Amino acid sequence: MEQIAHGIRQRVLELTIEKNGCYLSQALSSAEIVSVLYGGLMKLGESQAPFVAPSFGGVPGNSNKDYVTGAAYNGPTGPGYDRLLISPAHYAVVIYAALVESGRLSPDSLKEFNVDGSIVEQIGAEHSPGFELTTGSFGQAISQAGGIAHARKMRNEKGRVFLFMSDGELEEGQTWEGIQAAAHYKLDNLVVYVDVNGQQYDGWTKDVMNIEPINSRIEAFGGTCVTVDGHHIDELVRASQTPTENKPLFVLCYTNSAQGLPELDYRKPNLHFVRFRDHEIEQFKAILEDMKKGVR
Amino acid sequence: MVEFVNNPHSENMVRYGRERENTLVLSGDLTGSTEIAEFKKQLPEKFVSMGMAEQNMLSWAGGLAREGYVPFLHTFAVFLYRRPYDQLSMSVAYPNLKVRLVGFLPGIMTPGGVTHQAIEDISVVKSIPNMTIFETGDATDVETVLDATDDIDGPIYIRMLRGRLPRLFPKNEPFKFNTARILNEGDDITVLSSGICTEEAMKAVELLKEKGVHVKHLHISTLKPFTDERVVKALHESKNGVITLENHSTIGGLGSAVADVIAENGITTKLTKIGIPDKYAHGASAEYLMRKFGLDALGLLNTMEKALDKKFNITEEQVKTFDLKVEQEEIKDTQLEAL
Repeated sequence: MEQIAHGIRQRVLELTIEKNGCYLSQALSSAEIVSVLYGGLMKLGESQAPFVAPSFGGVPGNSNKDYVTGAAYNGPTGPGYDRLLISPAHYAVVIYAALVESGRLSPDSLKEFNVDGSIVEQIGAEHSPGFELTTGSFGQAISQAGGIAHARKMRNEKGRVFLFMSDGELEEGQTWEGIQAAAHYKLDNLVVYVDVNGQQYDGWTKDVMNIEPINSRIEAFGGTCVTVDGHHIDELVRASQTPTENKPLFVLCYTNSAQGLPELDYRKPNLHFVRFRDHEIEQFKAILEDMKKGVR
Repeated sequence: MVEFVNNPHSENMVRYGRERENTLVLSGDLTGSTEIAEFKKQLPEKFVSMGMAEQNMLSWAGGLAREGYVPFLHTFAVFLYRRPYDQLSMSVAYPNLKVRLVGFLPGIMTPGGVTHQAIEDISVVKSIPNMTIFETGDATDVETVLDATDDIDGPIYIRMLRGRLPRLFPKNEPFKFNTARILNEGDDITVLSSGICTEEAMKAVELLKEKGVHVKHLHISTLKPFTDERVVKALHESKNGVITLENHSTIGGLGSAVADVIAENGITTKLTKIGIPDKYAHGASAEYLMRKFGLDALGLLNTMEKALDKKFNITEEQVKTFDLKVEQEEIKDTQLEAL
């Protein structure tokens, strides 16, 4: 799992240099969270999708009956399997990198990132590898995950629904409607991992729109909530086993948006989208080489 | 004499849900007001209470539909598209899911005022890709509209009627997808009406027969898609223009759809749109507001006088006391045998 996390950071740093900008801090903060989800914590089957990402095949609709979602990269969706749903679509590059690191997507497919006509989109939609929902508009995934978990519960289907969220989304009213409903229907098959990196587009979350104390707010809405170090693999794994009788489980993963790349500390809290300045490019290229050699 | 039917949706939703395994009914805390109390009582395992949280309800329904359920969302029309517009668009319409939005109190049917009056719903929902839009106009439409949803592999918005409804159309002629009901033949002028306005238009058409005016009258129940050949033909045939009558803003509803068809088919005719003018309504009875905006029989007659440049001398009192004589459905021999 640690290898996957390292690979995610390295691949997204490489893209940030190549593409002159990328959602790098999202990769730095969530690398361990995503790596445990893809690295064995969840019960995911073999990928059902082409190893090399195909080009964009059109939007869902009655004139496009062959449409398949990017969930196929996460394996079959039937009974017995866990489901991985991604809420913050801005983390798409992290998901693509994790798919590459876990052998579900070809390394070259990552080069299609943000290329016209590609499904490896900058802000993923449900045709993008690893995605099952279209969640670029924040706060909608938790309700959709609730509907999926509710359906599986009504059918007594085995397998949990894992939702990966970001902390900024907790500002959306719909998030709380979703938690309320998941608690009301006792969805203990719903597990939500939240990347609490404390930052959003405009700056520190505490300054833009405070969401703390998240823990007691979620508990007050009827969820079980545990707090972990979001860069600690063992803690992240153990959290998924938290007893949560009849309640949805929330794992608050406190993270650092420059984890593994302290050279970016000086930019905090403005790390929503990272583009290196001209004089920084050589410095970060050297760091990338060190990461590839495994010396950092 | 017009027959009346009490709460046809209530019974029909139960029948429909009983016959189809994957049907779910979702309520936005308006179970009694949307005629699903009986469904909740008889099929509790298929009833899902979602509370007053419409954004969540729309996305939740998307999740259920992805798992093979067919959720029928029940609340007032405004709360299905105005408050949760983004959720309707991204969680339901974009993925083209089989979610059915059953919207009550369309247009000015409620004294609840602007917050409760869905005057621009067709306009808003029509511009969302993958959506189909139905509107019911009488008890027969309400009793048969759910069956018409079966074959539609995508989201549907239904303008639903509740309470005591007139039966204007024969019981054995069900709601048909993208097919207008031809209610009267004539070539002096063509009238296209929808929803509760059809009953008003039927009255006006009958009253005009005595004045020697022959109206071609169509009842429209599918607003999207809007590609019915019967409509194109009726627009071609009119000698003196076309009038649309609808319980919706004159922008983006039936009138606008007809305007598109006229233009796209190169039909040379004048269109007059009767509907809610480009302004909000207010809390008052449907009867009062229909009179105010001219959405009733008298309003249509007044517009006709201008369109045909004639005076009919039909008084408000005459219209009020006029009772629509709906033809009794024919009882076929085969039905008698079945009895």
